[in-house]
Amino acid sequence: MNKPFAITLDVGTSLLNHTGSWRTERPVYVDRLPPCNSTCPAGENIQGWLFHAEEGNYEQAFYTIMEDNPFPAVMGRVCYHTCETACNRTTLDDPVGINAVERFIGDEALRHGWNVEAGEDSGKKVMIIGSGPGGLAAAYHLRRKGHQVTVFESAPKAGGMLRYGIPKYRLPREKLAGEIGRIEKLGAEIRLNSPVSDVANTMKKEGFDACFLGFGAHVGQQVDLPNDGSVPVHDAVTVLRDLENEQLPDLHGNVVVYGGGNTAFDVARSATRLGALNVTVVYRRDRDMMPAHHEEIHEALEEGVQIACLRTIKGISDGQLELEIMVTGDDKMPQATGQTEMMKADVLVQAVGQGVDLSPIANLQGIVENRGVIQVGYDMQTGCAGVFAGGDMVPSPRTVTDAIGHGKKAAKNIDAYLNGKIYVAPEKHDPAPYEELNTWYYSDAPRSIRPILDVARRQSGFAEVVGNLDEKTAQYESRRCMSCGNCLECDNCYGVCPDNAVLKLGPGKGFEFKYDYCKGCGMCVEECPCGSIEMVPEDI
Amino acid sequence: MLKQMEGSVAVAEAVGLCRPEVICAYPITPQTHIVEGLGEMVKSGKLENCEYLNVESEFAALSVGIGSSAAGARTYTATASQGILYMAEAVYNASGMGLPIVMTVGNRAIGAPINIWNDQTDSMSMRDAGWIQLFCETNQEAVDVHIQAFRIAEALSVPVMVCMDGFILTHAYERVDIPEQSQVDEFLPPFVPRQVLDPANPISMGAMVGPEAFTEVRYLAHHRQMEALDLIPQVAESFREIFGRDSGGLISTYKADDAETLIVSLGSVIGTIKDVIDERRENGEKIGCVAIRSYRPFPIQAIHDACKHAKRVVVIEKCFAVGMGGIVAANVRMALTTLPLPVYTVVAGLGGRPITQKSLHRLFEQAGQDKLEGLHFLDLDKQLVDKILEQEELTGCSGSTAENILSNVGVVATAKV
Amino acid sequence: MNQAENQKVRFYQTGTYTVGNRLLDGDIRTVQASSDRSNSLDSGHRACQGCGEALGARYAIDAAMRETNNQLIACNATGCLEVFTTPYPETAWQMPWIHSLFGNAAAVATGVAAAMKVKGRQDVRVIAQGGDGGTTDIGFGCLSGMFDRNDDVLYICYDNQAYMNTGVQRSSATPPAARTATTMPVGPEPGNQFGQGKNVPLVALAHNIPYVATASVHDLHDLERKVKKAMSVRGSRYLQIFVPCPLGWGSKPCDTIKLARMATECGLWPMFEGEYGEITNTHKLRRPSKVDGYLKLQRRFAHLFKPGQEGQLAKMQDLADTNIRKFQLLEEGSDDE
Repeated sequence: MNKPFAITLDVGTSLLNHTGSWRTERPVYVDRLPPCNSTCPAGENIQGWLFHAEEGNYEQAFYTIMEDNPFPAVMGRVCYHTCETACNRTTLDDPVGINAVERFIGDEALRHGWNVEAGEDSGKKVMIIGSGPGGLAAAYHLRRKGHQVTVFESAPKAGGMLRYGIPKYRLPREKLAGEIGRIEKLGAEIRLNSPVSDVANTMKKEGFDACFLGFGAHVGQQVDLPNDGSVPVHDAVTVLRDLENEQLPDLHGNVVVYGGGNTAFDVARSATRLGALNVTVVYRRDRDMMPAHHEEIHEALEEGVQIACLRTIKGISDGQLELEIMVTGDDKMPQATGQTEMMKADVLVQAVGQGVDLSPIANLQGIVENRGVIQVGYDMQTGCAGVFAGGDMVPSPRTVTDAIGHGKKAAKNIDAYLNGKIYVAPEKHDPAPYEELNTWYYSDAPRSIRPILDVARRQSGFAEVVGNLDEKTAQYESRRCMSCGNCLECDNCYGVCPDNAVLKLGPGKGFEFKYDYCKGCGMCVEECPCGSIEMVPEDI
Repeated sequence: MLKQMEGSVAVAEAVGLCRPEVICAYPITPQTHIVEGLGEMVKSGKLENCEYLNVESEFAALSVGIGSSAAGARTYTATASQGILYMAEAVYNASGMGLPIVMTVGNRAIGAPINIWNDQTDSMSMRDAGWIQLFCETNQEAVDVHIQAFRIAEALSVPVMVCMDGFILTHAYERVDIPEQSQVDEFLPPFVPRQVLDPANPISMGAMVGPEAFTEVRYLAHHRQMEALDLIPQVAESFREIFGRDSGGLISTYKADDAETLIVSLGSVIGTIKDVIDERRENGEKIGCVAIRSYRPFPIQAIHDACKHAKRVVVIEKCFAVGMGGIVAANVRMALTTLPLPVYTVVAGLGGRPITQKSLHRLFEQAGQDKLEGLHFLDLDKQLVDKILEQEELTGCSGSTAENILSNVGVVATAKV
Repeated sequence: MNQAENQKVRFYQTGTYTVGNRLLDGDIRTVQASSDRSNSLDSGHRACQGCGEALGARYAIDAAMRETNNQLIACNATGCLEVFTTPYPETAWQMPWIHSLFGNAAAVATGVAAAMKVKGRQDVRVIAQGGDGGTTDIGFGCLSGMFDRNDDVLYICYDNQAYMNTGVQRSSATPPAARTATTMPVGPEPGNQFGQGKNVPLVALAHNIPYVATASVHDLHDLERKVKKAMSVRGSRYLQIFVPCPLGWGSKPCDTIKLARMATECGLWPMFEGEYGEITNTHKLRRPSKVDGYLKLQRRFAHLFKPGQEGQLAKMQDLADTNIRKFQLLEEGSDDE
């Protein structure tokens, strides 16, 4: 075509005009640390595995969880999910049901027999004491690094507090066994009924290069109460252990549990299932101060457990407990009033604390004990070189999730130690607070609720209380994730750029800015739903 | 085929023979009969493959034409007077974009005072808009020039305005030879646009051009019109070969070779001038005329050559640049700058005032004796204007000129008496 | 038709509101999410940073290109969109495009459509486009004529509420109280007059044409659906898209989409669809809000927040409330009812 000069132009010629020179700030893609990941004691990449679950790729989601935690089926049941408390979606409507989805994935993995591979043999041997969550997590991660592990367990079955502290109705044993079995398949040796009385000696004798201590806190503590012998008194740890060993504890009639933690409620709810007439939890502070998880309390109340708050037990006589009435002081601490009342009791179970038996490490040099637990460094190493520790025997909130986190962290440091190196954790990304999100883009989506066993059935047996999500709801719930701080490939930046200055690289590859044309308006940052773009000043 | 018919109808038939694909119609006297005729042809199915659009204004008429022409359709519209001013912006735009639209202008005066009768002020207002402007002397020529106009426009990608005097031609019943369709088809090939809006080969038309290239764009437009100076006679020759008739071209001359007095004019008045020349020739006066057929491009060389042996040139024009004088005459003077000739400007026929043979005789008499003033108003009622000027001087207030004149002539004056 | 029916697939993570979503099948993502979108308006154009019009134009034209299998011609009125896309020697358009004059885009498009019809190329569809000045003021005659004849053209007005190309002067689409260069914030009633202006979408609807809609750059799914709908019918169609202008409004370039969203959610920019003279659908507000937040982000309304201007501000809220009532913008059972 012999086109007229200047008035008629060939298409697409504007590409010669590099408008990027107008820019004073440039957008850059960033990954931010979402609050769920940030708070997870096990250091799970929750947003990361939800990303796969959103696509229905539960296997990949499972492998992502397994990078940090070998117990998704367990954790999807017993974790108190601080991630959900932190979830940014709470500000919008309700938090994502992370725990429920994790359980779904964990169960899927067990059902399908998904597994991971051990690392190439390093020739190093690590000794692990205790097959609780901390010990097994350490064993698992060390196997993945190729180290040989031997787990010494004094009890007849593996699992530690997972087995001996958490009743079946919260954690069905086949799930626990499945996930422990997976670790064994990975090559971890678990020696049952094998208490270690002298760690230093065993290490030396069997030629271990390092050691992880995960004793747990299995020593039930009790408040010393004046007792005329009319009411039998037990400690909670023993009660729960007997329950697991099928030596049914004598919890009949009016059962009183003293204490306000999760263990107290585990005992109370077990007592209900064992046919106790009345079960009452006595707690010296206000209900709001109870350390037990609110879901635990809620379910206990549903099952008929009664709670007597602001009461301390002064003594036991004539089959009755003398309770002193407390009030909450200005400092939120309970204060005695001097007034008392009586409560009928057939059994009293004390759930007032658990101690650690530290005798096996008496011969280790350099261990520092403080208030019944031992001191470890940022690398989980005790004062004794090559000896690491975690779980309830080190200062911590004493949750399963914390123990798993300890196991992972210790394993990384043990691995470095075995290689003569020092483990340096990667730098943490900047946080992704709610303010960084553009929530308009997220559809309104109410949280899905897991099925709950009806109360009558809960009161008559140890069937699992909380049901599983089905595939549809698990995916729905995953998709409620806002992917805070991490690109979810929503194409918003690609779409909203008035200058076509974003290149779409294809599924899984994200995007790239075409700085030749980007004028630096910042619309992509403003309209990024999950806050994973930021503006940085241009060097001029 | 010879037919006795109204000029507008003849033009409609001629345009129809050119197989236009898009016709935009908006009524304004005196061109209306042309588009009415075409509308009937399209609606009746006589003219096929043609979109006939009743638009809401002349501005829209030409704008629609711009769109259809840019999209590769042979496009026609017609207008007059106020209409061409209302579309003025689009007139410049069509030529600026090089769109070969053909538009008839049924020449008519421009108000105020509003006046529906013939003069050529309307076309002249757009003389510099970049269109080729062809003026017709007769309805036969109007028919022929329209057919040529499409060929010229499309060959050069320049729009062409065919100017025919309102009423005098548009509404006159004359015997006209309407060509055969086969002849027109032979003469006028299908429209192959120089540029076209086509999804298969996209372009951007109508770019913004700044100081860096605007002069060049204008120069090239001028260059194209200079090419038309060669093309227009070629097309007329080609037309003669097929249709056997001389029509079109840049200029035509009548008894000009030995003329001492040469009358230069354009449009239908040429016929009257020729009659007067014939009568004066009988008395031995060496008088002839030059008819300008292409006003844009202005045929400087052709006019120079036609006039080089004359002793005087009288330009008779139906338009007037207020505050300056002749419009055509100024152009003619430009063509004759190297010739030692007086060029007289005669403004005649404004707002439909008849140009009579009697007046022309009187005019040519004066001209032959070189007694004409430089700017002459044919048949000006000098007495009337003097009286009004006198009144205005007395009252110190000019008021409405139109009203003042009416108060001295016509019904108002009669009522006063 | 309610919103839920408009959006067949609801996604919870990013909903159906984001441009794309890796979880959705390609054919139900927006055209803009696609790597092979036509980019009919390409990089290198000279629009200001954060230009809503550049965005709206690419959104609308790309969607129309998709619907017509790229058999599309655009006719552009004079204005920012024309100037920033086609300064010699470069054009940003990747489609057949013509600019003629300020006031004749509709008529030029009519001509192109007529040419396509006569040539038997009715697969080639025609779009006319212009700013609010070129549409609601100077181009209004041609627009109305086009509607009257029901010419087969989709006319898209990119409404940024003033003559921006000439330096921010008032148009008949300028909202009351807005500061422009010809409605300065001085005197007792600063900014543009209350009680003036015209609602061209409703005027268009009154022509009984097959389809009229208002849309906004903040809701791409809705916008593309409307373009698609418009391209599915023949005859005259009218779409007016709300396109914030950082320069003319005195807003941050990054806030362009946000402002469009806020204008819609507060009721000042009602989104509706109509067919043959009747309103057939209104876009319900997702998160209804007051006008203050929207107005505060723009310097053209800064005077409304000075002492003594509470009355003027209240009048702005009245306008929004009237729209909400008139166009029934609230979902039934909404808290703000």
